[in-house]
Amino acid sequence: MKKITKLGAVSALSMIVGASAAFAENIKIAFIDPLSGPFASTGTNGLHQFEFAADYMVNDDGGVLDGQKFEIIGYDNKISPKESLIQLQVAIDQGVRYIVQGNSSGVANALTEAIDKHNKRNPDSRVLFLNYAAVDPALTNEKCNFWHFRFDANADIKMDALTDVIAQQDDIKKVYIIGQDYSFGKAVSAAANKFLGEKRDDIEIVGDELHPIGKVKDFTPYARKIVASGADAVITGNWGADMLGLGKSVIENGFDGPIYTYYAAGSGITAAFGESGKDRIRLISQGGINPIASEEARAAYEAFEKKYPDGNIDQSRIFNVIGMLEKAIEQAGTADDVVAVAKELEGMEYETMWGGKLYMRPQDHQLIQDMHVGVHTDENIDFDYDQSGFGVLTESTVEMASMDSPTTCEMKRPE
Amino acid sequence: MELILVNVIDGLVTGLLLFMLSAGLTLIFSMMGVLNFAHASFYMLGAYFAYQISLALGFWMGLLLAPLIVGVLGAGVERYGLRRVHQYGHVPELIFTFGLALLIEELVQFIWGKNQMPYDIPDILNFTAFSIAGNSIPAYKIFMIFISVAIFIGLLYILTRTRVGMIIQAALSYPRTVEALGHNVPLIFMGVFGVGTALAGVAGVIAGPVLGTFPGMAFVLGSIVFVTIVIGGLGSLWGALVASLLIGWLTTFAKSYNIEMSNILNGIGIVTPSNLEDNIFRDLWTVTSPQIADILPYILMVLILIFRPAGLFGKRHT
Repeated sequence: MKKITKLGAVSALSMIVGASAAFAENIKIAFIDPLSGPFASTGTNGLHQFEFAADYMVNDDGGVLDGQKFEIIGYDNKISPKESLIQLQVAIDQGVRYIVQGNSSGVANALTEAIDKHNKRNPDSRVLFLNYAAVDPALTNEKCNFWHFRFDANADIKMDALTDVIAQQDDIKKVYIIGQDYSFGKAVSAAANKFLGEKRDDIEIVGDELHPIGKVKDFTPYARKIVASGADAVITGNWGADMLGLGKSVIENGFDGPIYTYYAAGSGITAAFGESGKDRIRLISQGGINPIASEEARAAYEAFEKKYPDGNIDQSRIFNVIGMLEKAIEQAGTADDVVAVAKELEGMEYETMWGGKLYMRPQDHQLIQDMHVGVHTDENIDFDYDQSGFGVLTESTVEMASMDSPTTCEMKRPE
Repeated sequence: MELILVNVIDGLVTGLLLFMLSAGLTLIFSMMGVLNFAHASFYMLGAYFAYQISLALGFWMGLLLAPLIVGVLGAGVERYGLRRVHQYGHVPELIFTFGLALLIEELVQFIWGKNQMPYDIPDILNFTAFSIAGNSIPAYKIFMIFISVAIFIGLLYILTRTRVGMIIQAALSYPRTVEALGHNVPLIFMGVFGVGTALAGVAGVIAGPVLGTFPGMAFVLGSIVFVTIVIGGLGSLWGALVASLLIGWLTTFAKSYNIEMSNILNGIGIVTPSNLEDNIFRDLWTVTSPQIADILPYILMVLILIFRPAGLFGKRHT
């Protein structure tokens, strides 16, 4: 009897060893974003959502291919393009084949260029760049390359949908545009000027300015200018501490119109706005949270809240990144040959639990998806942000936004 | 015209806030001859402590207790940290305070996380005091002005009119003589360090609700505080006040008015080059004052260091 147990134990052990040998290594995904400094909260919350999505959607279901697991590794780039390139090199040296990044288009521009060069010179260690939030249109236009995929709508697509809503508000006659002084802030400003001009040429743009990113201590002087300009509405692409600082200051100093934003939710921003931002702050985003898009999404959100009680799913596209990557790897039958995976991603159609269909446009690697304009409120909220009771309630939806928008991308594909 | 008045008030608020930070720093510098890199971190601690206390006991208890706790912590740092490092010279002291700043930031992130804290203006002060041509001046700003002016007057009174102040001033310049007269100089040093950090704490408590309470808040203000005391003159309380107000108004006005560099250059007789796109000075020509508002204090500091190295009110150290 004893002998049999021993034999059983030995064979079980050898089976485990054999099985784990059969499992290839984890599929490493490098998350290169700010984990310290003024934008640390935005970066850290993104990392949590990636870790959760990888576990919830892939690892807990037995992984991909023959049981390979997704492993998210965080690299702190301190929001600096220079630091990002160092971290990229570190990640590649550690055997990472998939890079995810989102905060700051300045960083994304540096990364996409570096990755393009790296992939040309090192065909054996090519990497894919899965951009989940950097929305400078250039990345899928003149700076596009085969290795870059964007899962968020770019600044033009977002502004197209946002200006649809603004154009319907007849009492808006004067608009003030303000943003962070880098490629993204400039892109938002250009898009706002273009679309407002096309849709409502009676709207006067009374201010259009940029402020240093992450360096403004007090937004009061900007708020004064906005009030003095007589603007009926403010449009801003600000994010992180810059969004909160600007929004609070504008409201405190007497502006009483709506504020149209890209990123005024989550990471403590919703809680900090609280009552003062109610029915004032609107934002454009993908993914339906309130009302929740599906029962599957509800289950996912509840599981997330259990793991991170004070976290939010404020970037549901992160789940789309993981889901689509998983599907592409399954279809390609490999995780090591990133060219094969990229070819699967191109043109992929994907049903997302956050509502609607996703389509990765092959000509420029821009994901086409439903866009929602929501309002900051505490009424009819299923899932609030920052445990504040406040959340973003969808007011209008544009399906498959900018499906046919033009692109100047001339994609060069590897043979 | 009305906007000028509004900007004067806004600049005053910014300047006075900066003063509360730089006052403590400049006092500590004149005492120990060392720059306390962790000074802005005590400002951050003030905001976080006040937030935590305000959850349980309300804003006003936070305003009262948080600076006290920060001051005691500061005194502890001097007594058990800096004093031991002091004997090895200035460089170890600098490194010590630098490390302390990093440590405090990590600690804050560890305890409160990286998110913004919902630390808000108390309801009783959350109204518009008055408005000038549609620009409302929140009551909280008036409150900030009162608190900082009260602190400045109090500080000035203690330092120049009381016995304690005399001993402190004497101890700053001639510590050995004061010690020989039977005063406990290390205790005075500890006290000044504690009060200095407590002032930073007060600044944090009242700035937290308007400028945001997040782990990067020390970093954002850290460097400008040093600039302030260099401009004002290291060790001078008056200098700190004047420099703070100067910086407050300079940055506020630069941000409020879109002054374009091309206008200034045209004004002094330089003609705009016809082909600006290819010009190597294109960036210089297209720059506007809001874009460079936040580096103006640094430019001012460089100028001060060139033309008046001791600062506006500083005495040259020998």
